[in-house]
Amino acid sequence: MNFVYRIQAIFYKELMQLKRDRMTFGMVVMIPLIQLLLFGFAINTNVRHIPVGLVDQSQTALSRILVQTVSATQVVTFTHQYASVEEAQNAISKQDVRAVFIIPADVSQRLVRHGSVGFATPPATDQETSRPIAQWLTDGSDTMIAASIKGLRNMPLAELISKSANRNTPTFEVTLLYNPEQRTVVNIVPGLVAVILTMTMIMFTSAAIVREREQGNLELLINTPLKSIELMLGKIIPYIFIGLIQVTLILSLGYFIFHVPINGSMLALAGITLLFISSSLVLGLVISTIAKNQLQSMQMTVFVLLPSILLSGFMFPYEGMPRVAQIIAEALPATHFMRLIRGVALRDVEVLTMTFDLYWLAGFTLFGLLLAALRFKKRLD
Amino acid sequence: MSSSSVDGKDLVIKARGMGKNFGALKAIQHLDLDIERGKIYGFLGPNGCGKTTSIRMLTGLLTPTYGEVDVLGLKLPQQANQLRYHIGYMTQIFSMYRDLTVRENLSFIAKVYGIHGTTQKQRIEELLDIYNLSRLADQFAGSMSGGQRQRLALAAAVLHKPDLLFLDEPTSAVDPESRRDFWEQLFDLSESGTSILVSTHYMDEAERCHGLAILEAGIKRADGTPEALMAGMNANVIEVQSDRIRQLKEQLLQTPSVISAAQLGTRLRVLIEKDVSQPKEHLLSCLSNQEAESLTMVRPSLEDVFVTCTGEGRQ
Ligand SMILES: Nc1ncnc2c1ncn2[C@@H]1O[C@H](COP(=O)(O)OP(=O)(O)O)[C@@H](O)[C@H]1O
Ligand SMILES: [Mg+2]
Repeated sequence: MNFVYRIQAIFYKELMQLKRDRMTFGMVVMIPLIQLLLFGFAINTNVRHIPVGLVDQSQTALSRILVQTVSATQVVTFTHQYASVEEAQNAISKQDVRAVFIIPADVSQRLVRHGSVGFATPPATDQETSRPIAQWLTDGSDTMIAASIKGLRNMPLAELISKSANRNTPTFEVTLLYNPEQRTVVNIVPGLVAVILTMTMIMFTSAAIVREREQGNLELLINTPLKSIELMLGKIIPYIFIGLIQVTLILSLGYFIFHVPINGSMLALAGITLLFISSSLVLGLVISTIAKNQLQSMQMTVFVLLPSILLSGFMFPYEGMPRVAQIIAEALPATHFMRLIRGVALRDVEVLTMTFDLYWLAGFTLFGLLLAALRFKKRLD
Repeated sequence: MSSSSVDGKDLVIKARGMGKNFGALKAIQHLDLDIERGKIYGFLGPNGCGKTTSIRMLTGLLTPTYGEVDVLGLKLPQQANQLRYHIGYMTQIFSMYRDLTVRENLSFIAKVYGIHGTTQKQRIEELLDIYNLSRLADQFAGSMSGGQRQRLALAAAVLHKPDLLFLDEPTSAVDPESRRDFWEQLFDLSESGTSILVSTHYMDEAERCHGLAILEAGIKRADGTPEALMAGMNANVIEVQSDRIRQLKEQLLQTPSVISAAQLGTRLRVLIEKDVSQPKEHLLSCLSNQEAESLTMVRPSLEDVFVTCTGEGRQ
């Protein structure tokens, strides 16, 4: 049973050192807390209150009503008035406003002849009737803003001239099974668990072996009967607990502050989280056996962290990414965990049906642990 | 523990033609060692001569580029893992955890060696007492002085009662008084049956060893007991008393039979080759104007041995 004592020895030592490293200890709590609040409030794909300008060439009651109707959507806020289109374009290039609403002088004629008013849709070739009522000029470089402005294209305006609207019945009906209010935060909080764990877990262990080397403790360690695999296990076990603390923190804050529900079973959630924590810690260990110093280990951590944020499905849907990006994403533990936790937490999927992702994480952990243990030589040469 | 024997001697370390190259650098070349059980054996040599590299090969931390190494009857590097339980190693650079206390450090080492429960408690108390660390038990290792760190490192190295102890320049960061105490402790350990290999660049420490190897640039220049080394030295020592020492020194260094001349206050310590049958007369004849210099033959010191046998490397 000596191996138990040896693993325990490393485990206690790591806990002690962690306890005394105030900075790192603080990060255990502060990273999830701050990241969650930041991402939860800031990442919002429902864009609102975009500052826009107005060029009103008609100056009629109708144009004023038009502006009010557009404002009422809350998508945009009119902050500036411009006399000419050129002036407005300058304002966009200077980023005073992100878009400009141009109301032509003949807006009333355009409105009454427009296809969206009345019952019949006139042929599109008809010059007179296919002219738009007004125009948006927008900065296309920010696609998110451009998309929001585009969303304003089909505003029903018939009410303006007290005629009933020609609301086209949609061809398809969309039923939202989960997250019916379409709140971004619902998708983000479980995703954040993956991102924050990737960040902290890899960071903790990626420095683990390097630090021993840099501080001169390695020569002491390798001269003892400690085996590589015992050292590796002793190094990751304390951080498993830290990881669980962080997950609990993120999910409960998500629940209480952002009202993100956890629909699936807690047991399944704990299971997949343990699996992901282990695989991230092991990935850090492998990095630690490769890096020559703490700076290198930090660089490698960032090298893994960025694709974990961008490609794992946290920011963009996996299915929409090009093939190469998907292949890279499949290699990252974060991608598999992202599917698992969103499945369990948001859709109450029976976790045992997601075998591919489960096996993948388990395999990654075992393989990584072996690799790290093999790479760590009890030699100085 | 088993061991090898040569000519009926009980050896704890036996190396034959051991060498280590770091790329083009020949750090150790064809080193032969026969170190007897129960003795304190010293490696004497300047910085960079390969003391640490040799010790690392003898503890199985480095693989020799060539040669055979046998420590406590175990073949290295193949049987390095078995060797771990039977050797203790105090590294040159302090390698205890600075952010752990003295007691935590010792407890960590004990657990790693499978010593736990009351055995562990007793052993740690015993060590704290022997090495005068009781008052420091709850102090962080990083906040201690050189001498205190050294005592902690020694306590950790002997915690599992090894048969063979390696000490790499244990006294380099320590004041003279602590050095004396430290050597007392080494003799106690030796008395109780522990074989010790210690590296140093201090002559007085080397002189305390039972056996000694003088290393220079990775090559063993001489070995034996300090007495034998001094007796068998290939030179005679003459001290010259004079009030114009600097000119005298210049003059003597021109003479082919003079190995070295070092100033000691108002005296000049001259090493002259042993072949010269009448060294005093020879020296006098070398001095151009023979004023009232007084010459005395003196007993050689270990430093003289060192200077004599490492001369080649410097020319
Ligand atoms: N890991 C290494 N890689 C390359 N050169 C080394 C290494 N370790 C030691 N050396 C070189 O080998 C020589 C002997 O070093 P060392 O054994 O540390 O000497 P000492 O301990 O006697 O001061 C030195 O020239 C040193 O620079
Ligand atoms: Mg050294």
